[in-house]
Amino acid sequence: MSITITIDNKEIKTDIGATLIDVAADNGIFIPRLCYMRGKPCLGTCRVCSVKVNGWMAASCTIPVQDGMIVEVDTSEVKDIQKALVETLFSEGTHNCPSCEKSGRCDLQAMGYETDMMVSRFPYRFTERNKENAANLIWLERDRCIFCQRCVNFIQDEETGQKIFSISGRGPSSRIEIDKELADKMNKKQARAASDICPVGCIIDKERGYDHAMGVRKYDITSIRERILKGEQ
Amino acid sequence: MEKQIKEILQRYKSDKTRLMDILWDIQNLYGYISNEAVSELSAALNLSKFDIEETASFYHFFLLKTAGKHQIYLSNTVIAKMNGYDEVYKALEDEVGCSFNGVSDDGIFGLFDTNCIGLSDQEPAMMIDQVVFTRLTPEYAREIIEEIRSGKTPEEVINPNMIPKSSLAYVDNMVSTHIQRTGPVFFRQDRNYRALIMKMLGSYPEEVIGIVQNSSIRGRGGAGFPTGLKWKLCSETEVEQRYVICNADEGEPGTFKDRVILTRSPKDVFFGMISCAYSIGSCHGIVYLRAEYWYLKEYLEDQLEEMRHEGLLGDKILGQEFNFDIRIQMGAGAYVCGDETALLESCEGKRGAPRLKPPYPVQEGYLGKPTIINNVETFAAVSRIVAKGSDWYRALGTEESSGTRLLSVSGDCDYPGIYMIEWGITLNEVLRMVGAKDTQAVQVSGPSGECVDPWKDGERIFCYSDLSCNGSLMIFDNSRNMLEVVRDFIEFFVDESCGTCSPCRSGNVDLLHKINLIVDGKATQEDLDEIVSWGNIIKSTSRCGLGMTSPNPLLTTLEKFPRLYRRKLSKSTDVLKPSFDMHASTSVHENLHRRTQEETK
Repeated sequence: MSITITIDNKEIKTDIGATLIDVAADNGIFIPRLCYMRGKPCLGTCRVCSVKVNGWMAASCTIPVQDGMIVEVDTSEVKDIQKALVETLFSEGTHNCPSCEKSGRCDLQAMGYETDMMVSRFPYRFTERNKENAANLIWLERDRCIFCQRCVNFIQDEETGQKIFSISGRGPSSRIEIDKELADKMNKKQARAASDICPVGCIIDKERGYDHAMGVRKYDITSIRERILKGEQ
Repeated sequence: MEKQIKEILQRYKSDKTRLMDILWDIQNLYGYISNEAVSELSAALNLSKFDIEETASFYHFFLLKTAGKHQIYLSNTVIAKMNGYDEVYKALEDEVGCSFNGVSDDGIFGLFDTNCIGLSDQEPAMMIDQVVFTRLTPEYAREIIEEIRSGKTPEEVINPNMIPKSSLAYVDNMVSTHIQRTGPVFFRQDRNYRALIMKMLGSYPEEVIGIVQNSSIRGRGGAGFPTGLKWKLCSETEVEQRYVICNADEGEPGTFKDRVILTRSPKDVFFGMISCAYSIGSCHGIVYLRAEYWYLKEYLEDQLEEMRHEGLLGDKILGQEFNFDIRIQMGAGAYVCGDETALLESCEGKRGAPRLKPPYPVQEGYLGKPTIINNVETFAAVSRIVAKGSDWYRALGTEESSGTRLLSVSGDCDYPGIYMIEWGITLNEVLRMVGAKDTQAVQVSGPSGECVDPWKDGERIFCYSDLSCNGSLMIFDNSRNMLEVVRDFIEFFVDESCGTCSPCRSGNVDLLHKINLIVDGKATQEDLDEIVSWGNIIKSTSRCGLGMTSPNPLLTTLEKFPRLYRRKLSKSTDVLKPSFDMHASTSVHENLHRRTQEETK
């Protein structure tokens, strides 16, 4: 059923039940996000895509559009909240872009640029979490995990369907875990897929190091904004 | 595979959605959940080992390594701290012979603290294994430890006369139920459940829903969703199977009314669930009971058994084509499981992480089926509404908030305990009733609610449009340091955040840092402004009610008691921020420098 919603005073015709974050992208309106992947089930963990819906903040990846919905994206209040949510992830973990293998293809770094973040308003904690190097093909830089849960939900052992990545503990002491036995059943292609699905430099496939020079890195060539608006991610 | 683990798995038909029960049975058998046990479960349940640990490590009371033969959990709520917690804490460390979060050298005790265990009217209190000890003094705590060390079980210490665990006397012997004020709705002694259920079964399910809708009762868990509407929405779904769940995960610090209802009137709650099941067409009910109330389990099981025996539960209830039974699901220590969708996840054997909505539980709840989740008090009230009619109930309370509410009153007052109030009563009236004197502040609805000032808010009214209290009422007189109370509450939320969404997981840690600066006298006006700004970001972007309310202790006290904060602001005129710690900021570099120098020597 065709309905009309309003985003930033612009009337948009769309179908009932579509997800707000996709409707926005299809109409050239960029909403930052870190856990959401178009075409995959919504995770709703990072909250970076929060916008104002009928006067209330809501994560746009969780909102099915309804007729007459009024959405605000391009306001200083909404943008500041989105920026704060990106900043919170920078201060919570340890993110050292210049020395990170994922630099240039890291979603968190790219969203930092897109939200005009200069420095986190929250005190940096320089969290030290133990690295996990035991799996043959994958190395886990826990300091960089933002708990988006993409790997937890979308990477499974092909034979049993069991989770390879999981989270232990809770709250601020949550920790990303890798099941070495299952991880060692992955081939290189699967390991790379796990690394690529990670929006930060937490899951790194071991035999890929500094394979892209400055200037040829993913988001240097086409920005994350352009990719999202083209529906590529 | 070890025979005993095999038996446990058989008990639950190797169903991974029963992982909570399986983990409890293993822990109750071996004292903890060993790596080997996890491996065996992994193979039997087709879950990776880490997937099992993902669940186990989420809950406060599951132990993945040995922690002594008996685990002591001392309740660390603010109310305990007002009643001698510190002395008991020291006495326990001394007598047990280890510090908190440790295990005694003889391996007999593991010593921990824990958030509110639902005994705020008789703090300080502690759990040891599955029993509780209340009104602790240092001497009493020492005696208990001595007796256990001499070979008695905690059970034998608290229950020397071996009162059967399934009896009310067993519960009464362990904890008090201070019902200070009753009224027309709860705690009636003379109820003939058989006749009442018979009468209800004589109506059509739609009629029962109609009665509940007309009574205008709203959910007593806190959110206040109209109960009748919830039932109606659920009954309209087009599926075969539906579920009824009673939320007995009473985790809000300061609340204990559900414990008292379950102790005094468990069959009211079960009758409420039966009414719901009949209305919506459900055969399966679950009571999700918090692990802090283990000592109620056998008693409740026995009450259910009695009802089965009388034909009020089970197949063909009172000879009619209506099957419904109830099982008790134990939680394992997670405040967030009071959120209905987190509770569903927990019932399915997973981490208690709140789900995204939509779909709502009335559409897709337990095991993906339409599910009604109501609070203990809601079901108990519904049992009276179904019996007495909606007009009777609507005559109680106010126009927009019908009926009554149970308050769990604790803190600085003469008569802590349970009070039944009609909606519409003022805060001042309640304070007079409970014997509160020299009151500085009242925490309405626990940490997630609001802190009010009786001087400014005394004439405010308990009702859904004003003080929509979830049942917890903590009173603080003028001798209390409210900033310490606020710090305690923020620590509680840091501790209980599930960690799924970033604003709650990370933001509450930042707020804790801020309140620590204030208490230490190192904060400036800028810090106060940031608390308001950051607090509002956490509230507006978090995924569930926990994060949406966790900044409230700071935000509401800043609003009501600004002077408490202003008094503590730093007067320093230094160019550096008072919170800047020169030593901490340079020590890493200096240590490195020293080490390099030593190495080059």
